[in-house]
Order: sequence, then structure tokens, then C-alpha cells
Amino acid sequence: MSKKIGDVILDLQNISLRFGGVKALTDISFDVREHEIRAIIGPNGAGKSSMLNVINGVYHPQEGVIIFRGRERKKMEPHHAATQGIARTFQNIALFKGMSVLDNLMTGRITRMKASFVEHALWLGRARREELEHRKKVEEVIDFLEIQHIRRTPVGRLPYGLQKRVELGRALAAEPSMLLLDEPMAGMNVEEKQDMCRFILDVNDQFGTTIVLIEHDMGVVMDISDRVVVLDYGRKIGDGLPDDVKTNPDVITAYLGVSH
Amino acid sequence: MPFGTPTEALEELQTFPRLLFHHAKARGDAPAIREKDLGIWQTWNWSSVAERVRALASGLAALGFKRGDNLAIIGDNRPHLYMMMSAAQCLGGVPVPLYQDAVADEMLFVLEDAAIRFAAVEDQEQVDKLLEVRDRAPLLEHIVYDDPRGMRHYNQPFLHDIHALMEMGRIHNRNHPDFLDEEVAQGRPDDVSVMLYTSGTTGQPKGVCQTHAAFIAAARGGMQIDGLDASGGILSYLPMAWVGDHLFSFAQALVAGFTINCPESTDTVTTDLREIGPTYYFAPPRVFESLLTSIMIRMEDASALKRKLFHYFLGVAKRCGVDLLDGKPVSLADRLLYALGNLLVYGPLRNVLGMSHIRVAYTAGAAIGPDLFRFYRSIGINLKQFYGQTETCAYVCLQPDRAIKFDSVGPPAPSVEVKIADNGEVLVKGPMLLKEYYQRPDATAESIDADGYFMTGDAGFLDQDGHLKIIDRAKDVGKLANGAMFAPNYIENKLKFFQYIKEAVCFGHDRAMVCAFINVDMGAVGNWAERRNIAYSGYTDLAGKPEVHELIRDCVEQVNAALTQDAMVADSQIHRFLILHKELDPDDDELTRTRKVRRNFVAKKYQVLIEALYGGQATQFIETEVKFEDGRRGTVAADLKIVDASTFPAARQAA
Repeated sequence: MSKKIGDVILDLQNISLRFGGVKALTDISFDVREHEIRAIIGPNGAGKSSMLNVINGVYHPQEGVIIFRGRERKKMEPHHAATQGIARTFQNIALFKGMSVLDNLMTGRITRMKASFVEHALWLGRARREELEHRKKVEEVIDFLEIQHIRRTPVGRLPYGLQKRVELGRALAAEPSMLLLDEPMAGMNVEEKQDMCRFILDVNDQFGTTIVLIEHDMGVVMDISDRVVVLDYGRKIGDGLPDDVKTNPDVITAYLGVSH
Repeated sequence: MPFGTPTEALEELQTFPRLLFHHAKARGDAPAIREKDLGIWQTWNWSSVAERVRALASGLAALGFKRGDNLAIIGDNRPHLYMMMSAAQCLGGVPVPLYQDAVADEMLFVLEDAAIRFAAVEDQEQVDKLLEVRDRAPLLEHIVYDDPRGMRHYNQPFLHDIHALMEMGRIHNRNHPDFLDEEVAQGRPDDVSVMLYTSGTTGQPKGVCQTHAAFIAAARGGMQIDGLDASGGILSYLPMAWVGDHLFSFAQALVAGFTINCPESTDTVTTDLREIGPTYYFAPPRVFESLLTSIMIRMEDASALKRKLFHYFLGVAKRCGVDLLDGKPVSLADRLLYALGNLLVYGPLRNVLGMSHIRVAYTAGAAIGPDLFRFYRSIGINLKQFYGQTETCAYVCLQPDRAIKFDSVGPPAPSVEVKIADNGEVLVKGPMLLKEYYQRPDATAESIDADGYFMTGDAGFLDQDGHLKIIDRAKDVGKLANGAMFAPNYIENKLKFFQYIKEAVCFGHDRAMVCAFINVDMGAVGNWAERRNIAYSGYTDLAGKPEVHELIRDCVEQVNAALTQDAMVADSQIHRFLILHKELDPDDDELTRTRKVRRNFVAKKYQVLIEALYGGQATQFIETEVKFEDGRRGTVAADLKIVDASTFPAARQAA
């Protein structure tokens, strides 16, 4: 592999997030480098999805600083994240079930559409040209993920593993520079997991996309990530290369429990 | 250029490269190849195909490919791979297509046997397979790949992107402008044009060497009977290594000049078929069967009115559709009803099937059920059977229009002679016979007799009208312990005509009774089970359900009843059967790549089950190793129930 990992593009410093009296995240700092695959792991309720939501702008931490591409971020909404090149998938699939795969992927292009609503509705010059361009990009994603055979199928009729792939496709259609994946392999069988791993690695390798992923399957995490951060009860208990994390006694305790 | 001028008669062109360049000159703008890429059908016309073939051939020559070299072709039906075939032929080389789903070790045999130095492959998957066996195939020098995806980190100097090869060729062309024309001019009709490996139901595969003349004769014969011409096209989706695809998608396309259409992926064939609406269509019987099964399943879910309409008009079609197609007299009332049905049901149905434009559809490779065959003909699709082998360019017998018998493969095709040997074996002679088996003079001598007839290995007979009927493989025809004839294929085909049965293997040679292994059809039986609220977790579980056993027993008993109708096979009724715990699979060597049962291998592998069938046991435990597609292994184990089926007294004996 000739992958080049670049500079830090996302730096999270001393992030704390509370919901009323519940502390979801406490004083967490870590960074993400350009082109790397960064995994966030931890037991249930450790705060992994909250962390992703903080990066994504869904939650606003009470304390801490987020620096994305050299710019400090005070308050950000999800659509700002999207326009800055951050795309994500969800733990529970969040696709439009009644729409075809193709249409779902087209929604991933929305932030890049320039023509106005009226132009689109009337199918005027610019809208038409744009749509062809977007369609071409979407077809490339379809080709990349090998889902040509379900192009016209309503998403609701697809098996779970394929829906997950379509969701990844929608995120890719936005041509993100950073991709947040929330448990991309949950509930999949071995073969589907292998396919998904392959796609994640290919995305990272071919498009240079930076990937932050949450995953429960330790085998997967250790195989594909460059660096791993471990959370437990909203605190960071480990951070480093997969092999270092694997041997970290705190991590082992968090995962296997302590004998009393 | 001394050849390929538009004035030259097409009939006189006797090599494929000359045909290609003729089309490029005479009708360069006509579509030659289409491929669906990024959701859009892309078209290459004849002149651009010819230009690319020229570039590829010169590129190959620049890499050191010489007259007489063999070029392995591995991949799905991709335009560039078809062009690579032509490119090899331009240089007097021989394309050797391999089955693309074969595992690396199987490919190794052909790589060694055919002394392959050059390979043209589709993608990373095939490259990986070749790299896996490369140290055991030292002759392999260059690999050209079509799809660059995933190949970024492969920097071995012997790997070439096909576009880079074309560029190399274009430069070579500029430096040696006469080179390729001279090479093509050297091509002779009796040069070997392609080498197709036999599927190897028995022993190791053999390379069948076919000449330009042979395939061109076979292509012209077929065109003559069915009036194939340059208009229209075909969907090329069957393995390139299979003789049928080579005849239709390569030989006939080049001779007639029609368009070949390459599907987007193997999973999109049905959609692509609908979009393209080919005029010629070829599919083995199982494809026609699964199409029908899926229609029937979907009709079950349709509204009551649609269902009624569908079944009523299918009844009409059953009564008169076939006669109408055959031009036989049909009453006016039926004609009107059929016309109405055509508007309401048959037309839309043909459209859904992607067969609206079909002029001729062919099937071969296995026996097709009479009901299935009649169904397609009755809704106005001119479906025909033909008969042939790799050794005869898939061209021996062909059903002519208006003289179709469901249980025969038709009379011998133009310029083919058929005769029946004393032991019942079908012998054929004609211009389409193989030149030889590659470097196997012993096998060549064994298969062609002193008078020049090729021994097909099939048992059959010619009926009073001169139509050929095939019974079974000659070597499979055995005898029961009481001396009655036992033709396993004949019985298995009858079983397989039921939609619930995917595969069957019958045993009975030298035995007192016939017993069978059954593979149920996952789609049809799965759907059947769902309708009855029978829960199952996978093939093994489904196959073990008592309800499924009853379902299959019913099928077996219907076959038994049918067998009593013919005194010759009445003794071959199936007494006991079992449903196998796994599907027979080419990856486990149980089927050939063309999905024919390797009878002896299966018998040996499941010896314990055969003993249980004949030993009278009620159940038998079995554990089998299976290979997954990615090369991993696992085991499947089950307690198989053995089911007794009722048999019936032979009709004629009773009378």
C-alpha cells in the first residue's frame, strides 16, 4: 500500500457534552489525519454515536474546541458539515424507503446542486445540464459499489446488507472528503462484512477519503483502521495504533469487565 | 488493402478478420457492439471496432505475440475481450476462452495444456487468479486487463492495461503500416480460429481446435435456415468459453454483421434483455424455466382480475398458439380470441420478458420440457431447439420453421450428415467438424472414425421424418438387473421438468431398481414453503422438511406414472429417493462448468447415500465438505430421510 497519511484535519480538544445531568462525553481530545481510517470503539453507551454527532454538528458540546481544516468551529449545523465535505451514514438506516436506489443516491448530490428550485421544477437549461452531471456521478458510485442490478428497486424492498451499501452510496455521492460511518457492518453476515470492508478500504484508497468509523466488530476494526480511539462511559481510555490499543489493560477491562 | 473491399462478395470471405474488416468498410457506421456502462448503452460501430482490433493486434505483436500462439481470454462478455479474440486471429494466433468462474487451479490445467504465454482478462479478480498460479505456469508472460479498477497498486511489468496496449499498437501501426494487413492476408480458412475446452464430464478437459472454415460454415448454415441478417442483435451473456456463445456472439455476428450487446453485469441480464429487446436470443432450458417460474410467482401476487385474464388467455394460447405459429389451420373464433389475448396478455408478457422483437429464440444444452417449450411457442415466441457439441461448432441439427416436433431436435442442418451407429450412437460428418483435439492425436483418432464421422457419444435415433431424437449419453445408458434399458438422463429430465426439482441424479445400472438423488429448486420450493407458512433457514433446512419430501414424492410418482406409458422404460420407475442436503455445485466438482452432473464423481462422493438407498434404511447421516466462492471451506451435515415412492404396473404389460 502506498497510502499517504497527511496532516491533522480535524482536531477535537477537551470536548464535553451533557444532556441535562447526563454526561455523554467528558473531556475528550483526539484528532483525525487526512486520508486515514480512524475508528471509534467502545462498549454500548460509551458515547461513540454522540461523538460522531458532535463532529457532524448535530450536537453542540458545552465545552471544548473543534478545529476543522484549521478553522475553529463554534457552532455548526449538519448542513454546514455537509457543504464542508463531511458525509455520514447512520446506525439505523435512514434512507427514503419508497424511493429507488437511484433517487436515494441523487439526494446525496443535493448540496452540490446550484440551480434553483423553480429551474428544477421547470426542467430549465441549467437544471437539466446539472442533473445529467449529477446522474453521471451517481452512476459512477453505482458502478463502484456494484449495485447496478438494483438501480431501479425501491430501497424498502432490499435486504438489509444492500440497504447499508446504498446508504454508503448516498454518502459517497456527495463526494465527501471525510466520511463518518456509524456501525457500517452491524447486523451483517460474514460475506456482507467482507464486501463492506472491501468498499471502505477502496473508498479510502482510491478517493483518498478520510474515514471515521464506529464499529463493534473488533476483528474488522483492527484489520482496517490506521488508528483507534477507545471510549468508555463518555471518557477516552485509549488512543493509538490497533496493536497498541489491543494490549491496553484499560481497554481489555472495559471490554471484558473486571473481576470483583 | 487486397481484401475487405465492399465489392467483394461476403460469401467468399473465409476468415473472421477478413469478415470484420469487410463490415468496417462496407457498413462502418452500423452498430457492432453495445455495452451498458454507467447506466447508458454505449455503441461501437464496425469501423471503431476494427480500429481497436487493429490497435490491439499490433499491440500484441509488439509484446511478442506470434502466429500460432494461444491467447487465453478470461472474463464476462466484455466488448474488449471479443475484440481481443479478433486481434489474436488477425495475427494468426488462437484465442482460448476459459470459463470465468473457474477457480485458479482449474485454470492452471488449461494454461499448461495450451502453453499459454498471453492472457487477456477482464478485471482484478481474474488477474489475482492468474497471479496465484503464476509460479506454476512459468510460460505465462503477459497479462492484459480490461477494467483498471483496483489495479492501481499492481506494478508488475507483465501486467498491461488494455488501453496502454492499444496505444502501443497504434504506435506500432504507424511505424509498420503494412504489418497487420500482411498478417491478415496470411490467414487461411483452415487455420485454427479458436480453441474451446470441452467441459470434461469425463476425464481431463480437451482443447477442441476449430478452424475459421468450420465456424463460418456453421454460422452460414444457421443463417440460411433462420434468415439471420445484419439487422437486429443478440444479448451476449453466456460464458465466452462455451461453444454456443462463440457461435452466436462471435461467428454469426461476424458473418451476418448483427449487433452484439454486452450486459452491464451478470445480475442485470433480465433488465438488460428488456432494454435491448434482441431479435435473436439464446438460453439454455434452465433460463427459460426460471423466467417462467418467476412469471408464475409474480402472477400469484397479481390482482384477481389480472390473474383470471392471464390464465384464461394462457388456456387459449395452449389450445391454438402453437398451431398459429406453425401455420396450421385454426378456427376463426380462436384466431380472434388469440388476437385479443395477444393485445391483453401475450404482448405485454413478451415485453416483460424482453422478447418483443424476437424473431428466433434458441435453446440447447439439455432437454427442454415439452410444456415449457410449448408455453413459449404458444405466446408467439419462435423458440427452437438445436443440437450440437463443441466438436461440431454447436451445429448438427436445427428445428426448421413449421416442422417442429417437441421431442426431437430437428433434421440435420444444411451440409451435415447424420447417421446412427449399430450401438445407437449418433455419428455426424460435415464442414463444421473439429480439426483435432489440441496435441491429443490419440483422442482425435478415437473420436473420428475411418469414414470421417465424429462420434458424438450420444444415443439417439432418426424418426420416420428424418428428425433426430436424443435419448441419453451413450455411455450412461445402462441396464437394470433384469436386463431392461436404463437411461438415467431420460428419467432425470422428466424429473427436472417439475419447477420444484432443480437437479436429479438417478442410479440403476446393474441394480434391481432405480433410486434418485434430488436437489430442490430453492426459489420455487422456497416460495411454495412461504405460502404454506413453513419456516426454513437455508437450503439444508428446507430440503429436510417433511412437507417438502411429500411435495417431491408427488412429483416422483407423477414421473413414475408417465414412465409406465412406454414399455422400454417402464422398469425404470423410481422406487426410493432422497433430497440432498446441499446443492450440487461446480465449485465442489459435482457439476461441470456448464452445469451438467458429473455422474461418476457424485456416485463416488455420496457412496454412503447410495448404499442407504439400496440398503433399505430410513435415514442416513452425511457430512460433506463444501468450497465457498472465496476459496474457504466449510462442512454441511444432515440426517437425510429416504423416501419410498409408489410405482405403477406398466400400462402395456397390464393390457
